[in-house]
Amino acid sequence: VTVDAVIVGSGPGGSAVADVLTAAGWSVIILEKGRNHLLTEDGSLGSGFSNDELKFTRRHFLGPDPLLEPRSFRRSPADGDRLFVGEVNSVPTTVGGGGVHADGKTPRFREIDFALASELGGIDDATVADWPIGYDDLEPFYAEAERSIGVSGDASANPFAAWRSGPYPMPPGAPMYAGLITSAAAEQHGLHPYPAPTAANSVPYDGRPACNNCGFCSYYGCPIGAKGDPIGPLRRALATGRAELRPETFVTRVVVRNGRAEGVEIRLPDGTDEFVSARHVVLAAGAIETPRLALLSGLEHPMLGRNLMFHFQTFVLGHFAQRLHPHKGRSVTHVHDDAVLPVTGPDATGAGLPWFRGGLVEHAGPAHPIGEALIVPWGADHKDTMRRSDFRERLWGFIMQGEDLPQATNRVDLDPRIRDVHGLPVARITYAPHRHELVASAHHAAVMQRVLATAGADWSAVWTSPTPNGSDTTGSSSPIPISRHLMGTLRMGDDPTTSVCDRWGRWHGIENLVIADSSPFPTGAGYGPTLTLVALALRTARGLTGLVQ
Amino acid sequence: VPEFFTPAEYETCRAACARLIPTDDDPGADGAGVVEYIDGLLGAFSVQPPRIWAGGPTSGRFGGPKGFAEFMTLTPLEELGWRMRIEGSLGLAEREWNGPVVGWQQRYREGLSELGADFSTAALDEQDRRLHAVPDFTALLYEHACEGMYAAPEYGGNRELVGWQYIGFAGDVQPRGYSDAEVSEL
Repeated sequence: VTVDAVIVGSGPGGSAVADVLTAAGWSVIILEKGRNHLLTEDGSLGSGFSNDELKFTRRHFLGPDPLLEPRSFRRSPADGDRLFVGEVNSVPTTVGGGGVHADGKTPRFREIDFALASELGGIDDATVADWPIGYDDLEPFYAEAERSIGVSGDASANPFAAWRSGPYPMPPGAPMYAGLITSAAAEQHGLHPYPAPTAANSVPYDGRPACNNCGFCSYYGCPIGAKGDPIGPLRRALATGRAELRPETFVTRVVVRNGRAEGVEIRLPDGTDEFVSARHVVLAAGAIETPRLALLSGLEHPMLGRNLMFHFQTFVLGHFAQRLHPHKGRSVTHVHDDAVLPVTGPDATGAGLPWFRGGLVEHAGPAHPIGEALIVPWGADHKDTMRRSDFRERLWGFIMQGEDLPQATNRVDLDPRIRDVHGLPVARITYAPHRHELVASAHHAAVMQRVLATAGADWSAVWTSPTPNGSDTTGSSSPIPISRHLMGTLRMGDDPTTSVCDRWGRWHGIENLVIADSSPFPTGAGYGPTLTLVALALRTARGLTGLVQ
Repeated sequence: VPEFFTPAEYETCRAACARLIPTDDDPGADGAGVVEYIDGLLGAFSVQPPRIWAGGPTSGRFGGPKGFAEFMTLTPLEELGWRMRIEGSLGLAEREWNGPVVGWQQRYREGLSELGADFSTAALDEQDRRLHAVPDFTALLYEHACEGMYAAPEYGGNRELVGWQYIGFAGDVQPRGYSDAEVSEL
């Protein structure tokens, strides 16, 4: 049996493709290496997601288990083969992928984000490039993506937003108390906070209930199905009867012969291997595992695995006299875009840069007690500190998702020695931030500290992930980025010598091998990649079915 | 009866956790049953399904089924990973493809031994001195003590919710959740 398409990965990208292809009458098989906790066979909710801090934040419930599927990390080849082996940027390996653990912030990119090289120009030692498509090409698919997964937001609230063809499908949900305080302070500083576009239902939507503000959102699967993880698209695809979802199935190789993908080799839960024959192969395993699979399959391109981007995260947290109950609500309800605007002039040139950009600033704080306790010292003062909750209920501030410039030296390749449980080489991450990120972080951190002082914080502290040149790979000054926003490793473009895939996500020279995750992003902007990768996957899928030319 | 510890190890571990999270006007690690939590983790595979992942979607504390009380079955690969973490690789080829893995059981056996057989009867400042003398083990013990103090009680600690009550944390609130007013107002 040869299916019309086999899709590697059941996250937001793969699910979007499955939805479009099955609606067009195609038969698809969705392969997912992790377990299915999202949906039962009849499409009803699984029962594994829960308000369980231990299971989700300490016990690898959503996978991967870093003992079974480690990654390795080094800052540069000067560190030798590797500096660290273990958990490096693990996006969940479970049905629903990265959509499951995120708190669902789903901003669009802006027009300029697709044309950075032509609008702002290049920067030394970075591979800044325009996308082969523009915002106008993607706008209809952004709108479709927002309807598909269900996004709540206020279309008029962000003065810096890109143009939109229509409103959000749902209004914003309940604003968090602490976010109201920092929003008011941000406005006093001339900033423009607005309700975070969020893939969590504010009203019943698509047969799923409204979010009930349980607070276990970021890092957790939603127990009531109110989150815009890919549950909607997966349900629709399965309901056609033309999609088969196969969890616990690990793809070991894409088979390509004579310039055509023929299918994939898979390892089943019982350890046996099989071949899945398909007319099209869609890779949607994320911007680390997709290039790893391509490398394991012997595919070659000089840019394959290069230009790996995260977001350079700047954390600015302040301590408040009153309790702010950050555990009530959907983790983040306020953001502002002011720091995504390019900074030029003396602030940039004084740092040796023509321009720099920060990123989306989320108003956020820590929510749960195990995480709090781990940063409270042990001993006689432990309980008084926990009672006051200096590091949870009285701590609140900002996380900036800073733009991370693409650099050819930041890359995914195969570790020469470390293997996964299947005996295959693991992904090795070689990564160090560009000076641009450090300059932007310091510039905007100072602004954020001033806002926190206005908001009433009696002290505030700044740290970043990664910590440049940090060598403590397991502590808070680690050079390993904790951002789960992964992008850029199979860059898209019109020139097959400088890009791996074309503007339709098709591998240059292998027309029926397409990429449908955030690997094709030429640049990463300062916004979480989920909505943009879903929009891009919808467009890529329409390219396959021939409905869009 | 402990599932993993010897009675002497159990007593040393209990006394050590009591220094990390002491009893004051409210129960500490002792009252929360933190040592039972740790013993239950190290002996997770002495029951089936193993005591790794509580079920869901709710505990029943705010309505809904008591799903947390039934632990989830692991796949063979998941079981391999958790046995490696808890038991170590034990010289087994199928656990050592990247080299030997030291498990928590061995780290506890060695760490508790280093604290000394007389630990639980030593003076409190002497107990603290010994804990500071083995920082790697104490760091592991503290991670697990925090889990046992503040995780859902189905995992064996946080007995009668004493870890959540003294900090005013409601815990797992599904399916009730919080009202919009509780989110937006003080």
